[in-house]
Amino acid sequence: MRSVTGKGRLVALAAVAVGATVALAGCASGDPLDDEPSSGDGGGETIVIGSQEYYSNEIIAEIYAQALEANGYTVQRDFNIGQREVYLPELEAGNIDLFPEYTGNLLQYYVPDTTAKTSDDVYAELEGALPDGLRVLDQSSATDQDSYNVTREFSDENGVTSLADLKDVSTPITLGGNAELETRPYGPEGLQDVYGVEVGFTAIQDSGGALTLKALTDGQVQMVNIYSADPNIATNDLVTLEDPEGLFLASNVVPIASEKVTDEVAAIINEVSAAMTAEDLVQLNSESVNDQRSADDIAADWLSEQGLA
Amino acid sequence: MSLFAEAFAWILDPANWVGPDGIAANLWFHLVFSLSVVAAAAVVALPIGAVIGHTGRGRETAVVVSGGLRALPTLGLLVLVALALGVGILAPFLALMVLAIPPVLAGAYAGVGAVDRRTVDAARGMGMTEAQIIAKVELPLALPTIMGGIRSAVLQVVATATLAAYVGGPGLGTYLFLGLQTRDYPLTLAASILVIALALVLDGVFAGLQRLVVPAGVVAARDTDRLRSRPSRSGAAAG
Repeated sequence: MRSVTGKGRLVALAAVAVGATVALAGCASGDPLDDEPSSGDGGGETIVIGSQEYYSNEIIAEIYAQALEANGYTVQRDFNIGQREVYLPELEAGNIDLFPEYTGNLLQYYVPDTTAKTSDDVYAELEGALPDGLRVLDQSSATDQDSYNVTREFSDENGVTSLADLKDVSTPITLGGNAELETRPYGPEGLQDVYGVEVGFTAIQDSGGALTLKALTDGQVQMVNIYSADPNIATNDLVTLEDPEGLFLASNVVPIASEKVTDEVAAIINEVSAAMTAEDLVQLNSESVNDQRSADDIAADWLSEQGLA
Repeated sequence: MSLFAEAFAWILDPANWVGPDGIAANLWFHLVFSLSVVAAAAVVALPIGAVIGHTGRGRETAVVVSGGLRALPTLGLLVLVALALGVGILAPFLALMVLAIPPVLAGAYAGVGAVDRRTVDAARGMGMTEAQIIAKVELPLALPTIMGGIRSAVLQVVATATLAAYVGGPGLGTYLFLGLQTRDYPLTLAASILVIALALVLDGVFAGLQRLVVPAGVVAARDTDRLRSRPSRSGAAAG
Protein backbone atom coordinates (compact mmCIF):
# COMPACT_ATOMS: atom_id res chain seq x y z
CA MET A 1 0.00 0.00 0.00
CA ARG A 2 2.74 2.36 0.93
CA SER A 3 4.45 1.66 -2.32
CA VAL A 4 1.24 2.32 -4.21
CA THR A 5 0.82 5.79 -2.76
CA GLY A 6 4.55 6.37 -3.26
CA LYS A 7 4.19 5.52 -6.91
CA GLY A 8 1.10 7.70 -7.16
CA ARG A 9 3.09 10.62 -5.84
CA LEU A 10 5.90 9.91 -8.28
CA VAL A 11 3.44 9.85 -11.14
CA ALA A 12 1.98 13.14 -9.98
CA LEU A 13 5.45 14.64 -9.71
CA ALA A 14 6.37 13.39 -13.15
CA ALA A 15 3.17 14.79 -14.57
CA VAL A 16 3.90 18.18 -13.06
CA ALA A 17 7.47 18.09 -14.35
CA VAL A 18 6.40 17.15 -17.84
CA GLY A 19 3.63 19.73 -17.79
CA ALA A 20 5.98 22.45 -16.63
CA THR A 21 8.53 21.54 -19.28
CA VAL A 22 5.91 21.66 -21.99
CA ALA A 23 4.60 24.98 -20.70
CA LEU A 24 8.09 26.48 -20.54
CA ALA A 25 8.93 25.16 -23.98
CA GLY A 26 5.77 26.83 -25.17
CA CYS A 27 6.93 30.18 -23.79
CA ALA A 28 10.30 29.84 -25.45
CA SER A 29 8.91 28.52 -28.69
CA GLY A 30 9.07 30.29 -31.98
CA ASP A 31 11.87 30.74 -34.40
CA PRO A 32 14.67 32.77 -32.78
CA LEU A 33 15.24 34.28 -36.20
CA ASP A 34 11.67 35.41 -36.40
CA ASP A 35 11.75 38.30 -33.99
CA GLU A 36 12.29 41.37 -36.08
CA PRO A 37 15.04 43.59 -34.77
CA SER A 38 13.31 46.09 -32.53
CA SER A 39 14.15 49.31 -34.22
CA GLY A 40 13.71 52.70 -32.70
CA ASP A 41 14.32 52.02 -29.03
CA GLY A 42 16.04 55.23 -28.09
CA GLY A 43 17.36 56.44 -31.42
CA GLY A 44 19.95 54.47 -33.41
CA GLU A 45 18.85 51.33 -35.18
CA THR A 46 19.77 47.99 -33.66
CA ILE A 47 22.33 46.03 -35.64
CA VAL A 48 21.68 42.30 -35.61
CA ILE A 49 24.86 40.24 -35.65
CA GLY A 50 24.74 36.54 -36.38
CA SER A 51 27.28 33.76 -36.10
CA GLN A 52 27.74 30.18 -37.19
CA GLU A 53 27.54 27.27 -34.82
CA TYR A 54 31.32 27.26 -34.65
CA TYR A 55 33.13 28.58 -31.60
CA SER A 56 35.71 30.50 -33.62
CA ASN A 57 33.04 32.20 -35.71
CA GLU A 58 31.19 33.16 -32.56
CA ILE A 59 34.31 34.79 -31.13
CA ILE A 60 34.66 36.92 -34.26
CA ALA A 61 30.97 37.84 -34.15
CA GLU A 62 31.36 38.78 -30.49
CA ILE A 63 34.33 40.99 -31.41
CA TYR A 64 32.19 42.76 -34.02
CA ALA A 65 29.43 43.18 -31.43
CA GLN A 66 31.66 44.62 -28.73
CA ALA A 67 33.49 46.89 -31.18
CA LEU A 68 30.17 48.38 -32.24
CA GLU A 69 28.91 48.65 -28.67
CA ALA A 70 32.09 50.47 -27.72
CA ASN A 71 31.18 53.02 -30.38
CA GLY A 72 27.69 53.52 -29.00
CA TYR A 73 25.69 51.25 -31.27
CA THR A 74 22.94 48.96 -30.05
CA VAL A 75 23.59 45.38 -31.01
CA GLN A 76 21.48 42.27 -30.96
CA ARG A 77 23.25 38.91 -31.00
CA ASP A 78 21.72 36.05 -32.95
CA PHE A 79 24.56 33.59 -32.52
CA ASN A 80 24.90 29.90 -33.19
CA ILE A 81 22.90 29.59 -36.36
CA GLY A 82 23.88 26.34 -38.04
CA GLN A 83 24.27 26.25 -41.75
CA ARG A 84 24.65 28.70 -44.61
CA GLU A 85 21.34 27.72 -46.13
CA VAL A 86 19.69 28.80 -42.88
CA TYR A 87 21.42 32.09 -42.17
CA LEU A 88 22.12 33.42 -45.65
CA PRO A 89 18.40 33.70 -46.51
CA GLU A 90 17.95 35.52 -43.18
CA LEU A 91 20.65 37.98 -44.20
CA GLU A 92 19.05 38.43 -47.61
CA ALA A 93 15.69 39.03 -45.92
CA GLY A 94 17.26 41.71 -43.72
CA ASN A 95 16.73 39.88 -40.42
CA ILE A 96 20.47 39.76 -39.78
CA ASP A 97 22.76 42.66 -40.65
CA LEU A 98 26.29 41.48 -40.03
CA PHE A 99 27.86 38.04 -40.15
CA PRO A 100 31.47 36.83 -40.04
CA GLU A 101 32.15 34.60 -43.02
CA TYR A 102 35.01 32.96 -44.88
CA THR A 103 35.66 34.08 -48.44
CA GLY A 104 36.48 30.74 -50.07
CA ASN A 105 33.71 28.70 -48.51
CA LEU A 106 31.17 31.46 -49.07
CA LEU A 107 32.18 31.81 -52.71
CA GLN A 108 31.81 28.06 -53.18
CA TYR A 109 28.31 28.33 -51.77
CA TYR A 110 27.28 30.83 -54.44
CA VAL A 111 29.58 29.63 -57.24
CA PRO A 112 30.16 25.90 -56.67
CA ASP A 113 32.46 25.47 -59.68
CA THR A 114 34.58 28.56 -59.14
CA THR A 115 38.19 28.39 -60.28
CA ALA A 116 39.48 31.24 -58.11
CA LYS A 117 42.21 30.14 -55.72
CA THR A 118 44.14 33.07 -54.28
CA SER A 119 42.82 35.40 -51.59
CA ASP A 120 42.46 38.35 -53.95
CA ASP A 121 40.81 36.38 -56.77
CA VAL A 122 38.37 34.79 -54.37
CA TYR A 123 37.51 38.13 -52.80
CA ALA A 124 37.06 39.81 -56.16
CA GLU A 125 34.77 37.08 -57.45
CA LEU A 126 32.84 37.01 -54.18
CA GLU A 127 32.01 40.72 -54.45
CA GLY A 128 30.17 40.03 -57.68
CA ALA A 129 28.58 36.77 -56.54
CA LEU A 130 26.64 38.05 -53.54
CA PRO A 131 22.89 38.57 -53.99
CA ASP A 132 21.40 42.07 -54.08
CA GLY A 133 21.32 43.81 -50.74
CA LEU A 134 24.40 42.05 -49.37
CA ARG A 135 28.00 43.17 -49.58
CA VAL A 136 31.34 42.06 -48.23
CA LEU A 137 33.35 44.47 -46.11
CA ASP A 138 37.17 44.37 -46.19
CA GLN A 139 38.64 40.91 -45.77
CA SER A 140 40.98 40.18 -42.92
CA SER A 141 44.39 38.64 -43.38
CA ALA A 142 43.28 35.98 -40.90
CA THR A 143 42.36 32.75 -42.67
CA ASP A 144 40.46 29.73 -41.52
CA GLN A 145 40.30 27.21 -44.29
CA ASP A 146 40.33 23.51 -44.93
CA SER A 147 43.80 22.03 -44.66
CA TYR A 148 45.26 18.54 -44.72
CA ASN A 149 47.34 17.54 -41.73
CA VAL A 150 49.51 14.57 -40.86
CA THR A 151 51.32 13.61 -37.68
CA ARG A 152 54.90 14.78 -37.20
CA GLU A 153 55.95 11.13 -37.18
CA PHE A 154 54.32 10.45 -40.55
CA SER A 155 55.84 13.59 -41.99
CA ASP A 156 59.36 12.65 -40.81
CA GLU A 157 59.15 8.99 -41.80
CA ASN A 158 57.95 9.69 -45.31
CA GLY A 159 59.60 13.04 -45.86
CA VAL A 160 56.24 14.67 -46.50
CA THR A 161 55.71 18.38 -45.98
CA SER A 162 53.58 19.15 -49.02
CA LEU A 163 50.64 17.53 -50.73
CA ALA A 164 52.93 17.11 -53.76
CA ASP A 165 55.18 14.78 -51.69
CA LEU A 166 52.33 12.38 -51.04
CA LYS A 167 52.58 10.53 -54.33
CA ASP A 168 55.95 9.12 -53.26
CA VAL A 169 54.53 7.58 -50.09
CA SER A 170 54.46 3.80 -50.51
CA THR A 171 51.97 2.95 -47.76
CA PRO A 172 48.24 3.48 -48.38
CA ILE A 173 46.84 6.76 -47.13
CA THR A 174 43.35 7.16 -45.72
CA LEU A 175 41.89 10.62 -45.41
CA GLY A 176 39.56 11.43 -42.51
CA GLY A 177 36.98 14.20 -42.49
CA ASN A 178 33.28 14.99 -42.58
CA ALA A 179 31.22 12.91 -44.99
CA GLU A 180 30.77 15.79 -47.42
CA LEU A 181 34.54 16.03 -47.93
CA GLU A 182 34.28 12.99 -50.17
CA THR A 183 32.13 15.01 -52.59
CA ARG A 184 34.06 18.30 -52.41
CA PRO A 185 36.33 19.45 -55.25
CA TYR A 186 39.30 19.33 -52.85
CA GLY A 187 38.38 15.83 -51.59
CA PRO A 188 39.89 12.51 -52.70
CA GLU A 189 39.07 13.24 -56.34
CA GLY A 190 40.80 16.61 -56.23
CA LEU A 191 43.87 15.03 -54.65
CA GLN A 192 43.94 12.54 -57.51
CA ASP A 193 43.44 15.19 -60.20
CA VAL A 194 45.76 17.86 -58.84
CA TYR A 195 48.50 15.85 -57.11
CA GLY A 196 48.07 12.36 -58.55
CA VAL A 197 47.59 10.93 -55.07
CA GLU A 198 45.19 8.10 -54.41
CA VAL A 199 43.66 8.11 -50.93
CA GLY A 200 40.99 6.12 -49.14
CA PHE A 201 38.35 7.93 -47.16
CA THR A 202 36.81 7.54 -43.70
CA ALA A 203 33.94 9.77 -42.68
CA ILE A 204 34.27 11.21 -39.18
CA GLN A 205 31.55 13.71 -38.50
CA ASP A 206 33.04 16.02 -35.91
CA SER A 207 34.57 18.59 -38.29
CA GLY A 208 38.17 17.95 -37.34
CA GLY A 209 37.43 17.62 -33.63
CA ALA A 210 38.56 15.19 -30.97
CA LEU A 211 37.39 12.07 -32.79
CA THR A 212 39.24 13.03 -35.95
CA LEU A 213 42.42 13.70 -33.97
CA LYS A 214 42.06 10.40 -32.17
CA ALA A 215 41.70 8.53 -35.46
CA LEU A 216 44.84 10.26 -36.75
CA THR A 217 47.00 9.61 -33.70
CA ASP A 218 45.76 5.99 -33.54
CA GLY A 219 46.75 5.52 -37.16
CA GLN A 220 43.22 4.67 -38.30
CA VAL A 221 43.64 7.46 -40.83
CA GLN A 222 46.90 9.03 -41.96
CA MET A 223 45.68 12.48 -42.99
CA VAL A 224 42.86 14.62 -41.69
CA ASN A 225 41.04 17.75 -42.73
CA ILE A 226 41.24 20.37 -39.98
CA TYR A 227 40.55 24.10 -40.24
CA SER A 228 43.83 25.91 -40.47
CA ALA A 229 43.11 28.16 -37.47
CA ASP A 230 42.45 25.18 -35.20
CA PRO A 231 44.79 25.33 -32.18
CA ASN A 232 44.76 21.52 -32.08
CA ILE A 233 47.20 21.51 -34.98
CA ALA A 234 49.86 23.07 -32.76
CA THR A 235 48.77 21.29 -29.58
CA ASN A 236 49.15 17.88 -31.23
CA ASP A 237 52.26 18.82 -33.18
CA LEU A 238 50.63 18.10 -36.52
CA VAL A 239 52.14 19.07 -39.83
CA THR A 240 49.91 21.04 -42.16
CA LEU A 241 50.82 20.00 -45.68
CA GLU A 242 51.57 22.79 -48.09
CA ASP A 243 49.33 23.20 -51.08
CA PRO A 244 51.54 24.52 -53.91
CA GLU A 245 49.00 23.78 -56.67
CA GLY A 246 46.12 25.52 -54.89
CA LEU A 247 43.83 22.58 -54.20
CA PHE A 248 42.09 24.58 -51.51
CA LEU A 249 40.49 27.95 -52.01
CA ALA A 250 41.94 30.67 -49.84
CA SER A 251 39.40 31.46 -47.17
CA ASN A 252 39.91 34.72 -45.34
CA VAL A 253 37.68 35.98 -42.59
CA VAL A 254 35.28 38.48 -44.11
CA PRO A 255 32.17 40.20 -42.74
CA ILE A 256 29.06 40.18 -44.90
CA ALA A 257 26.72 43.07 -44.31
CA SER A 258 23.16 44.04 -45.16
CA GLU A 259 22.10 47.46 -46.42
CA LYS A 260 21.42 48.53 -42.84
CA VAL A 261 25.16 48.57 -42.17
CA THR A 262 26.12 52.19 -42.75
CA ASP A 263 29.56 53.36 -43.85
CA GLU A 264 30.38 54.41 -40.27
CA VAL A 265 29.57 50.93 -39.00
CA ALA A 266 31.53 49.41 -41.88
CA ALA A 267 34.53 51.54 -40.97
CA ILE A 268 34.56 50.21 -37.41
CA ILE A 269 34.34 46.61 -38.61
CA ASN A 270 37.01 47.18 -41.26
CA GLU A 271 39.35 48.37 -38.51
CA VAL A 272 38.74 45.10 -36.67
CA SER A 273 39.40 43.07 -39.83
CA ALA A 274 42.60 44.98 -40.52
CA ALA A 275 43.86 44.39 -36.99
CA MET A 276 43.20 40.66 -36.95
CA THR A 277 46.08 38.47 -38.12
CA ALA A 278 46.11 34.75 -38.82
CA GLU A 279 48.13 34.23 -35.61
CA ASP A 280 45.57 36.26 -33.66
CA LEU A 281 42.80 33.98 -34.83
CA VAL A 282 44.68 30.83 -33.81
CA GLN A 283 45.40 32.46 -30.45
CA LEU A 284 41.73 33.43 -29.96
CA ASN A 285 40.68 29.89 -30.80
CA SER A 286 43.27 28.48 -28.45
CA GLU A 287 41.92 30.57 -25.58
CA SER A 288 38.53 29.05 -26.24
CA VAL A 289 39.63 25.44 -26.76
CA ASN A 290 42.58 25.14 -24.39
CA ASP A 291 41.68 27.69 -21.71
CA GLN A 292 37.90 27.24 -21.90
CA ARG A 293 37.29 30.97 -21.81
CA SER A 294 34.00 32.47 -22.98
CA ALA A 295 33.72 34.22 -26.33
CA ASP A 296 32.69 37.28 -24.37
CA ASP A 297 35.96 37.51 -22.38
CA ILE A 298 38.17 36.55 -25.31
CA ALA A 299 36.63 39.26 -27.49
CA ALA A 300 36.86 41.92 -24.79
CA ASP A 301 40.54 41.18 -24.11
CA TRP A 302 41.53 41.16 -27.76
CA LEU A 303 39.73 44.44 -28.47
CA SER A 304 41.39 46.20 -25.56
CA GLU A 305 44.81 44.81 -26.59
CA GLN A 306 44.26 46.24 -30.05
CA GLY A 307 43.02 49.51 -28.59
CA LEU A 308 39.73 49.12 -30.43
CA ALA A 309 37.47 49.25 -27.39
CA MET B 1 5.98 17.60 -52.59
CA SER B 2 8.78 17.58 -55.12
CA LEU B 3 11.17 16.83 -52.26
CA PHE B 4 9.32 13.57 -51.65
CA ALA B 5 9.24 12.83 -55.37
CA GLU B 6 13.00 13.36 -55.60
CA ALA B 7 13.60 11.23 -52.53
CA PHE B 8 11.57 8.35 -53.91
CA ALA B 9 13.19 8.73 -57.30
CA TRP B 10 16.57 8.35 -55.60
CA ILE B 11 15.42 5.25 -53.73
CA LEU B 12 13.91 3.71 -56.85
CA ASP B 13 16.94 4.33 -59.04
CA PRO B 14 18.57 0.88 -59.35
CA ALA B 15 21.98 2.49 -59.86
CA ASN B 16 21.89 3.68 -56.23
CA TRP B 17 21.43 0.15 -54.91
CA VAL B 18 24.64 -1.44 -56.10
CA GLY B 19 28.28 -1.14 -55.10
CA PRO B 20 30.03 -0.94 -51.74
CA ASP B 21 28.35 2.41 -50.97
CA GLY B 22 25.01 1.35 -52.45
CA ILE B 23 21.69 1.18 -50.66
CA ALA B 24 21.70 -2.63 -50.61
CA ALA B 25 25.05 -2.78 -48.84
CA ASN B 26 24.17 -0.06 -46.35
CA LEU B 27 20.68 -1.46 -45.69
CA TRP B 28 22.13 -4.91 -45.09
CA PHE B 29 24.78 -3.55 -42.76
CA HIS B 30 22.17 -1.48 -40.91
CA LEU B 31 19.97 -4.56 -40.43
CA VAL B 32 22.70 -6.98 -39.38
CA PHE B 33 24.37 -4.38 -37.15
CA SER B 34 21.11 -3.46 -35.39
CA LEU B 35 20.10 -7.08 -34.79
CA SER B 36 23.59 -7.93 -33.53
CA VAL B 37 23.43 -5.04 -31.08
CA VAL B 38 20.08 -6.22 -29.74
CA ALA B 39 21.28 -9.83 -29.59
CA ALA B 40 24.33 -8.76 -27.58
CA ALA B 41 22.14 -6.65 -25.32
CA ALA B 42 19.84 -9.63 -24.81
CA VAL B 43 22.75 -11.86 -23.84
CA VAL B 44 23.61 -9.37 -21.11
CA ALA B 45 20.13 -8.33 -20.01
CA LEU B 46 18.01 -11.50 -20.22
CA PRO B 47 19.80 -13.56 -17.55
CA ILE B 48 19.92 -10.59 -15.20
CA GLY B 49 16.28 -9.79 -15.84
CA ALA B 50 15.24 -13.42 -15.33
CA VAL B 51 17.04 -13.64 -12.00
CA ILE B 52 15.56 -10.33 -10.83
CA GLY B 53 12.09 -11.42 -11.88
CA HIS B 54 12.47 -14.83 -10.27
CA THR B 55 13.83 -13.71 -6.94
CA GLY B 56 12.07 -10.36 -6.81
CA ARG B 57 15.36 -8.98 -5.47
CA GLY B 58 17.23 -6.10 -7.07
CA ARG B 59 14.16 -4.90 -8.89
CA GLU B 60 14.42 -1.36 -7.53
CA THR B 61 18.09 -1.21 -8.53
CA ALA B 62 17.26 -2.49 -12.01
CA VAL B 63 14.57 0.16 -12.41
CA VAL B 64 16.93 2.93 -11.34
CA VAL B 65 19.90 1.71 -13.38
CA SER B 66 17.94 1.03 -16.56
CA GLY B 67 16.14 4.35 -16.16
CA GLY B 68 19.50 6.05 -15.86
CA LEU B 69 20.82 4.25 -18.94
CA ARG B 70 17.76 5.29 -20.89
CA ALA B 71 18.44 8.91 -20.04
CA LEU B 72 21.96 8.81 -21.52
CA PRO B 73 22.07 10.63 -24.84
CA THR B 74 23.38 8.07 -27.28
CA LEU B 75 25.34 10.55 -29.39
CA GLY B 76 27.23 11.85 -26.37
CA LEU B 77 27.94 8.33 -25.20
CA LEU B 78 29.06 7.36 -28.69
CA VAL B 79 31.60 10.18 -28.82
CA LEU B 80 32.92 9.24 -25.37
CA VAL B 81 33.31 5.59 -26.30
CA ALA B 82 34.84 6.46 -29.66
CA LEU B 83 37.37 8.72 -27.95
CA ALA B 84 38.46 5.72 -25.91
CA LEU B 85 38.31 3.07 -28.63
CA GLY B 86 38.82 5.03 -31.83
CA VAL B 87 36.50 5.38 -34.78
CA GLY B 88 34.90 2.37 -36.40
CA ILE B 89 31.89 0.22 -35.61
CA LEU B 90 32.84 -1.00 -32.13
CA ALA B 91 32.07 2.33 -30.46
CA PRO B 92 28.54 2.63 -31.93
CA PHE B 93 28.00 -1.06 -31.15
CA LEU B 94 28.65 -0.48 -27.44
CA ALA B 95 26.78 2.83 -27.32
CA LEU B 96 23.73 1.24 -28.91
CA MET B 97 23.92 -1.72 -26.55
CA VAL B 98 23.45 0.71 -23.71
CA LEU B 99 20.36 1.96 -25.52
CA ALA B 100 19.05 -1.58 -26.05
CA ILE B 101 19.66 -3.04 -22.59
CA PRO B 102 16.95 -1.15 -20.61
CA PRO B 103 13.92 -2.29 -22.66
CA VAL B 104 15.20 -5.89 -22.84
CA LEU B 105 15.93 -5.90 -19.11
CA ALA B 106 12.55 -4.41 -18.26
CA GLY B 107 10.77 -6.95 -20.46
CA ALA B 108 12.64 -9.79 -18.75
CA TYR B 109 12.12 -8.83 -15.11
CA ALA B 110 8.58 -7.65 -15.65
CA GLY B 111 7.65 -10.76 -17.61
CA VAL B 112 9.22 -13.23 -15.21
CA GLY B 113 8.04 -11.30 -12.17
CA ALA B 114 4.45 -11.31 -13.45
CA VAL B 115 4.20 -15.09 -13.65
CA ASP B 116 1.49 -16.24 -11.27
CA ARG B 117 3.11 -17.22 -7.95
CA ARG B 118 0.72 -20.19 -7.65
CA THR B 119 2.11 -21.60 -10.90
CA VAL B 120 5.62 -21.23 -9.55
CA ASP B 121 4.63 -22.81 -6.24
CA ALA B 122 3.01 -25.69 -8.09
CA ALA B 123 6.23 -26.21 -10.08
CA ARG B 124 8.24 -26.14 -6.87
CA GLY B 125 5.81 -28.58 -5.28
CA MET B 126 6.40 -30.97 -8.15
CA GLY B 127 10.08 -31.02 -7.23
CA MET B 128 11.50 -28.69 -9.86
CA THR B 129 14.78 -26.96 -9.02
CA GLU B 130 14.90 -23.15 -9.13
CA ALA B 131 16.82 -23.30 -12.43
CA GLN B 132 14.19 -25.60 -13.87
CA ILE B 133 11.43 -23.28 -12.69
CA ILE B 134 13.07 -20.35 -14.48
CA ALA B 135 13.82 -22.27 -17.65
CA LYS B 136 10.70 -24.40 -17.97
CA VAL B 137 7.96 -22.39 -16.29
CA GLU B 138 8.76 -18.71 -15.91
CA LEU B 139 10.62 -17.98 -19.13
CA PRO B 140 8.06 -19.65 -21.43
CA LEU B 141 5.22 -17.82 -19.67
CA ALA B 142 7.18 -14.56 -19.79
CA LEU B 143 8.19 -14.90 -23.43
CA PRO B 144 5.53 -12.55 -24.85
CA THR B 145 6.63 -9.77 -22.49
CA ILE B 146 10.30 -10.53 -23.14
CA MET B 147 9.71 -10.39 -26.88
CA GLY B 148 7.92 -7.09 -26.33
CA GLY B 149 11.04 -5.71 -24.69
CA ILE B 150 13.23 -6.98 -27.52
CA ARG B 151 10.84 -5.54 -30.07
CA SER B 152 11.04 -2.15 -28.42
CA ALA B 153 14.85 -2.38 -28.32
CA VAL B 154 15.02 -3.29 -32.02
CA LEU B 155 12.89 -0.31 -32.96
CA GLN B 156 15.06 2.10 -30.98
CA VAL B 157 18.34 0.64 -32.19
CA VAL B 158 17.36 0.58 -35.87
CA ALA B 159 16.38 4.23 -35.69
CA THR B 160 19.49 5.24 -33.76
CA ALA B 161 22.01 3.09 -35.64
CA THR B 162 22.25 5.95 -38.13
CA LEU B 163 24.72 7.41 -35.62
CA ALA B 164 27.29 4.78 -36.60
CA ALA B 165 28.08 6.98 -39.59
CA TYR B 166 29.13 9.74 -37.20
CA VAL B 167 32.31 7.83 -36.40
CA GLY B 168 33.09 6.37 -39.77
CA GLY B 169 30.80 3.33 -39.74
CA PRO B 170 28.62 2.37 -42.70
CA GLY B 171 24.83 2.06 -42.64
CA LEU B 172 21.93 4.24 -43.66
CA GLY B 173 23.27 7.10 -41.53
CA THR B 174 25.95 7.81 -44.14
CA TYR B 175 23.28 9.16 -46.48
CA LEU B 176 21.72 11.21 -43.67
CA PHE B 177 24.94 12.98 -42.74
CA LEU B 178 26.05 13.43 -46.33
CA GLY B 179 22.66 14.86 -47.28
CA LEU B 180 22.59 17.22 -44.32
CA GLN B 181 26.04 18.60 -44.94
CA THR B 182 25.79 18.99 -48.69
CA ARG B 183 22.26 20.43 -48.51
CA ASP B 184 21.04 17.43 -50.48
CA TYR B 185 17.72 17.20 -48.64
CA PRO B 186 16.14 14.66 -50.99
CA LEU B 187 19.00 12.35 -50.01
CA THR B 188 18.39 13.03 -46.31
CA LEU B 189 14.69 12.37 -46.75
CA ALA B 190 15.36 9.21 -48.77
CA ALA B 191 17.65 7.91 -46.01
CA SER B 192 14.98 8.68 -43.41
CA ILE B 193 12.37 6.86 -45.46
CA LEU B 194 14.63 3.81 -45.71
CA VAL B 195 15.23 3.83 -41.95
CA ILE B 196 11.51 4.17 -41.26
CA ALA B 197 10.68 1.37 -43.69
CA LEU B 198 13.27 -0.92 -42.12
CA ALA B 199 12.01 -0.07 -38.63
CA LEU B 200 8.38 -0.75 -39.59
CA VAL B 201 9.19 -4.05 -41.28
CA LEU B 202 11.23 -5.23 -38.29
CA ASP B 203 8.53 -4.09 -35.88
CA GLY B 204 5.99 -6.08 -37.88
CA VAL B 205 8.20 -9.16 -37.80
CA PHE B 206 8.74 -8.89 -34.06
CA ALA B 207 5.04 -8.23 -33.44
CA GLY B 208 4.39 -11.52 -35.27
CA LEU B 209 7.06 -13.29 -33.19
CA GLN B 210 5.54 -11.86 -30.04
CA ARG B 211 2.23 -13.54 -30.91
CA LEU B 212 3.87 -16.78 -31.96
CA VAL B 213 5.74 -17.28 -28.70
CA VAL B 214 2.67 -17.12 -26.47
CA PRO B 215 2.43 -20.61 -24.92
CA ALA B 216 -0.78 -22.39 -25.94
CA GLY B 217 -2.18 -22.63 -22.43
CA VAL B 218 -1.67 -18.95 -21.72
CA VAL B 219 -4.00 -17.75 -24.45
CA ALA B 220 -6.97 -19.51 -22.91
CA ALA B 221 -6.04 -18.66 -19.34
CA ARG B 222 -5.35 -15.00 -19.99
CA ASP B 223 -8.92 -13.70 -19.87
CA THR B 224 -9.82 -15.36 -16.59
CA ASP B 225 -6.51 -14.24 -15.14
CA ARG B 226 -7.15 -10.65 -16.09
CA LEU B 227 -10.62 -10.75 -14.57
CA ARG B 228 -9.22 -12.08 -11.34
CA SER B 229 -6.33 -9.68 -10.95
CA ARG B 230 -8.13 -6.49 -11.82
CA PRO B 231 -10.40 -6.04 -8.75
CA SER B 232 -7.60 -6.75 -6.29
CA ARG B 233 -5.26 -4.27 -7.97
CA SER B 234 -7.77 -1.41 -8.02
CA GLY B 235 -8.65 -2.28 -4.40
CA ALA B 236 -5.04 -1.76 -3.42
CA ALA B 237 -4.84 1.56 -5.21
CA ALA B 238 -7.97 2.81 -3.45
CA GLY B 239 -6.67 1.76 -0.06
